[in-house]
Amino acid sequence: MPRRILTGVRALGRRVDDAIWRLGFAARFLLMILLYSGTALRRFGLTVRQIYFSGVLSLIIILVSGLFVGMVLGLQGYDTLQRYGSEESLGVLVALSLVRELGPVVAGLLFASRAGSAITAEIGLMKATEQLSAMEMMAVNPLARVVAPRFWAGVISMPLLAAMFSAMGVFGGYLVGVMLIGVDEGSFWSQMQSSVDVREDILNGVIKSFVFGVAISLIAVFEGYDAEPTAEGVSGATTRTVVISSLAILGLDFILTAFMFRGT
Amino acid sequence: MAIPRGSVVAIMGGSGCGKTTTLRLIGGQLRPTAGQVRVAGQAVHDLDQDGLYALRRRMGMLFQFGALFTDMSVFDNVAFQIREHTDLPEEAIADLVLMKLNAVGLRGARHLMPSELSGGMARRVALARAIALDPMLMMYDEPFAGLDPISLGVVGQLIRRLNDALGASSIIVTHDIQESLQIVDYIYFLSEGRVVAEGTPAQIRASTDPWVHQFVWAEPDGPVPFHYPADTYRDVMLGPAHA
Repeated sequence: MPRRILTGVRALGRRVDDAIWRLGFAARFLLMILLYSGTALRRFGLTVRQIYFSGVLSLIIILVSGLFVGMVLGLQGYDTLQRYGSEESLGVLVALSLVRELGPVVAGLLFASRAGSAITAEIGLMKATEQLSAMEMMAVNPLARVVAPRFWAGVISMPLLAAMFSAMGVFGGYLVGVMLIGVDEGSFWSQMQSSVDVREDILNGVIKSFVFGVAISLIAVFEGYDAEPTAEGVSGATTRTVVISSLAILGLDFILTAFMFRGT
Repeated sequence: MAIPRGSVVAIMGGSGCGKTTTLRLIGGQLRPTAGQVRVAGQAVHDLDQDGLYALRRRMGMLFQFGALFTDMSVFDNVAFQIREHTDLPEEAIADLVLMKLNAVGLRGARHLMPSELSGGMARRVALARAIALDPMLMMYDEPFAGLDPISLGVVGQLIRRLNDALGASSIIVTHDIQESLQIVDYIYFLSEGRVVAEGTPAQIRASTDPWVHQFVWAEPDGPVPFHYPADTYRDVMLGPAHA
């Protein structure tokens, strides 16, 4: 029995050791990306191409999800607010929920599943088929040519996608609240306009989505670059990207919200 | 091991004997734990990243399955290095790329994507990409693996012809003894990370060395045993106590 416990502790220790090692490696990897970002920013066409693949091609899923989330918020919000006779505040509830919380978080989760997994799979497969080695042998640094443009594309795309998600959600809330249920249109928009603060609400939402963008992009490129160059290795890395990104988004969201929380 | 300028040298040996590792050492992708790798008078492992990249610009490498960039057309694959390392205008790049593709017989395939190419064609495109900047040293990692006899002959002849036309030196890592004997100037045989035999194709054909003989004539048993080391039948049947 003690031997079993010892083996268990040893395995746990090895896992923790491995996790810390990977965390350190990821931090070093981020520094290397920043160091080699010159090419991605100087030859911005490389980054724009990646913005198309990870940002523009994610638009459909982001917009459709935003619309439905907004419509659900409209229904649920109306149901709750009417109990207190304040259904005119529906616009505020929908807008604040989206801009402060749901926009960055849900868009981040969708972005990790749609674009993050694709980035990991692409870089992992490039590694497995020796494309990265070939690039190195051609005296072209894969960090500068492949990794950095994808990283920056994710960082740039994420806040824009979150903003579009929120805008579409507000529209969904309007469709359900005003067009379907019949909440007063003037109250819906005017209360939203007077209650949503640019710095407190919108800017904080943008900061969140930017931080999520950095986290998702780093996890995606790191997992791809670190993937074992086999079919199993790439599939495992892709799964890890989605799982770790999703957990990171939720964890970071709590930390950021705690820092932004004023209690007034 | 020495690779004289202008020659085509083959490195042969069984799987896992260190052939590809040798290429990676020469290309600076691995560092030697002992000994030295010198290319054009420079010790590869002593170079910093800039020095290594400067040296790699004068090298070309053909990977086992081509390693073409799958998101680029044949044309863009061949143009990749030229665009990365020179400031040439697109018209000049187009001329250079078409010349390289013509040299491997695939000028007409410039608009195709790598997924539309056969294995032999992909290998030839990768060859055109590797010679895009007229390297002084070409390295081929299993260039004949998985090719049909016609493609195999074509690639073999291209390796020899391009080496002579470029005035380069070439190192071929391969298992394909018959094709290699026709095109190379010298052969090294490796086993477990050591050179066990060497010579010109004529010397290799005439060799009585049992290791070379087994390899050249593809004999299943010899210095390289057929059986993986295992317990004796007696041990297996009766248990180690009876041994």
